[in-house]
Amino acid sequence: MTTRIDARFAELKKEGRSAFVTFLMAGDPDPATSLDIIKALPKAGADIIEIGMPFTDPMADGPSIQAAGLRALKAGMTLKKTLEMVRGFRKDDNTTPLVLMGYYNPIYIYGVDKFLADAKTAGVDGLILVDLPPEEDDELCIPALKAGLNFIRLATPTTDDKRLPAVLANTSGFVYYVSITGITGAAAADSTVVGDAVARIKRHTKLPVCVGFGIRTPQAARAIAEKANGAVVGTALVDALRDSLDTKGQATTKTVAAVADLVASLAQGVRGAKQAAE
Amino acid sequence: MNPNLPNSFRTGPDERGHFGNFGGRFVAETLMPLILDLEKAYAAAKADPSFQAEMNGYLKDYVGRPSPLYFAERLTEHLGGAKIYLKREELNHTGSHKVNNVLGQIMVARRMGKKRIIAETGAGQHGVATATLCARFGLECVVYMGAVDVARQAPNVFRMEMLGAKVVPVQSGTRTLKDAMNEALRDWVTNVHNTFYCIGTVAGPHPYPMMVRDFQSVIGDETRKQMMEAEGRLPDSLIACIGGGSNAMGLFHPFLDDPSVEIFGVEAAGHGLTQLHAASIAGGRPGVLHGNRTYLLMDADGQIQDAHSISAGLDYPGIGPEHSWLHETGRVTYLSATDDEALAAFMLLSRLEGIPPALESAHAIAKVTELAPKRPKDHLMVVNLSGRGDKDIPQITEILKGKKQ
Ligand SMILES: Cc1ncc(COP(=O)(O)O)c(C=O)c1O
Repeated sequence: MTTRIDARFAELKKEGRSAFVTFLMAGDPDPATSLDIIKALPKAGADIIEIGMPFTDPMADGPSIQAAGLRALKAGMTLKKTLEMVRGFRKDDNTTPLVLMGYYNPIYIYGVDKFLADAKTAGVDGLILVDLPPEEDDELCIPALKAGLNFIRLATPTTDDKRLPAVLANTSGFVYYVSITGITGAAAADSTVVGDAVARIKRHTKLPVCVGFGIRTPQAARAIAEKANGAVVGTALVDALRDSLDTKGQATTKTVAAVADLVASLAQGVRGAKQAAE
Repeated sequence: MNPNLPNSFRTGPDERGHFGNFGGRFVAETLMPLILDLEKAYAAAKADPSFQAEMNGYLKDYVGRPSPLYFAERLTEHLGGAKIYLKREELNHTGSHKVNNVLGQIMVARRMGKKRIIAETGAGQHGVATATLCARFGLECVVYMGAVDVARQAPNVFRMEMLGAKVVPVQSGTRTLKDAMNEALRDWVTNVHNTFYCIGTVAGPHPYPMMVRDFQSVIGDETRKQMMEAEGRLPDSLIACIGGGSNAMGLFHPFLDDPSVEIFGVEAAGHGLTQLHAASIAGGRPGVLHGNRTYLLMDADGQIQDAHSISAGLDYPGIGPEHSWLHETGRVTYLSATDDEALAAFMLLSRLEGIPPALESAHAIAKVTELAPKRPKDHLMVVNLSGRGDKDIPQITEILKGKKQ
């Protein structure tokens, strides 16, 4: 089965470049603006879109993404509305891969089977669940794979060679390498260190490896894109969004453009990089 | 009761950390290798007689165990029913049961070579216990505490700082215990190489719920022996307050396979079960948070709801997974007490026995006042006095001032 994610990486390989992956929180700062933002992302240069499912207690996220989730929840965002947003996006875009990222509890409460069916028909391609390690694969990973969705696993600096096979066993789409031990929005990792880590993971899998956490500038994105199959940027985009809001935290006329402009300049950085050697 | 009752209630969790459908290891990948290391280190310690011997030494001479099992004669007379015994965990060094668990975890941390200890705290009792043992063993100590709790538990904040710990007020979310736990998990993800996370209750990813229960089971083991000495037979009922449920689990676990022993856990009903409260079993349903599946307070979309209790130590929107399982099997009955009931029980025990209980423990006392009069005079009831009320006196003084006006 080829998914939109597989197809996108195959295209990028032909073009000889790495992917630019963007992360934003669904419903931040409100559901309508959020849909406008994700609609603007592919044209601005995003190759793959990750959308956060807001959660009250994001244990592995830093203050920026945590605040984005709370803004979204305050604006009435729910998991159901997140899926509606994906449907809205799919009306005009049937090729850009869309990945939902978040924590398990809202999905568990929604009902795993119902969620997977609804996500698939809405046009979701993959899932990243921060709090579902391979030890809990029965919960969502295996059912997701059966439902035809990619399950993208996080690998981290603490995932050693002994553990990597377990982490990679049921992973599909791509591997998301978290370049630091820490929360989102923390300092960036050294690209040399990241290069070594990516090479280590590639000894265990043929899947593309994307790297995230701590990338904020076109230069940093380029340096990472040279070592990996993709660079993921989240906190910097969420911060640009936040800085465009008015004093009450509401969207302004600048909000969509503030995110799109930053995405465009980061995409330039990624496109300037040569694809990592296979 | 569940028709498929297990042969024993004392064999859990299974190798994946499950108590029935509850428990598990729902954490970020960064933490998984460490959690697996901890599981191994704890299994090795448990099997090592020198570990137990060393712990027993500190339990006796540093903590002050065994804690007495005291016959509360005046309370018994006043209520006119069951014979009430207090398990005096409030007499432990640092003023609560929390020290039993912290001692155990710090000994494991030392075996693992960890030099930096982090903890979350609500009432501050777990933070004080952690700061105390870090001082004793020369370890760096960072305690996360919700900013709201920092304000309402000032004596404990002062005490932790005096012991050399760094207290970090957490400003995110509801600024109470659940947010302190999120923040501690964030610290752990960041400093996983040198840091040991000392969790304060029977919650979190496996092996924590099991490990904390094991360390707290000293309460029930002693109670069993002491009751045999005092009355020549087992107690008829046990009762304890529930935040995450560690003092309760410690008292209950050694008695779970004694069918003659009735067991009651008391959650915090706050302003009442239809209003703001912290009763996860009475007012929640199963979900996944902080590394385990358990009963949680949440909305229809799976977002975690704010808990409320007069007592900072019970103010948590979840409960340990083993309690969720004991609830669903019907082995333990979970009740709840409101803020007002706890306050009244605080006054009652202070006046009748000269023992001001922690506001947490006062929730258990509140239910004793309902249960004991309905029991015969030969009924032996043990209530776990999990902590002393000194830390709550400033808060209670404020409340009483407000009521007079
Ligand atoms: C004195 C006392 N009792 C009870 C509790 C509740 O915790 P647990 O349910 O884990 O015993 C606390 C927590 O801070 C406490 O300080």
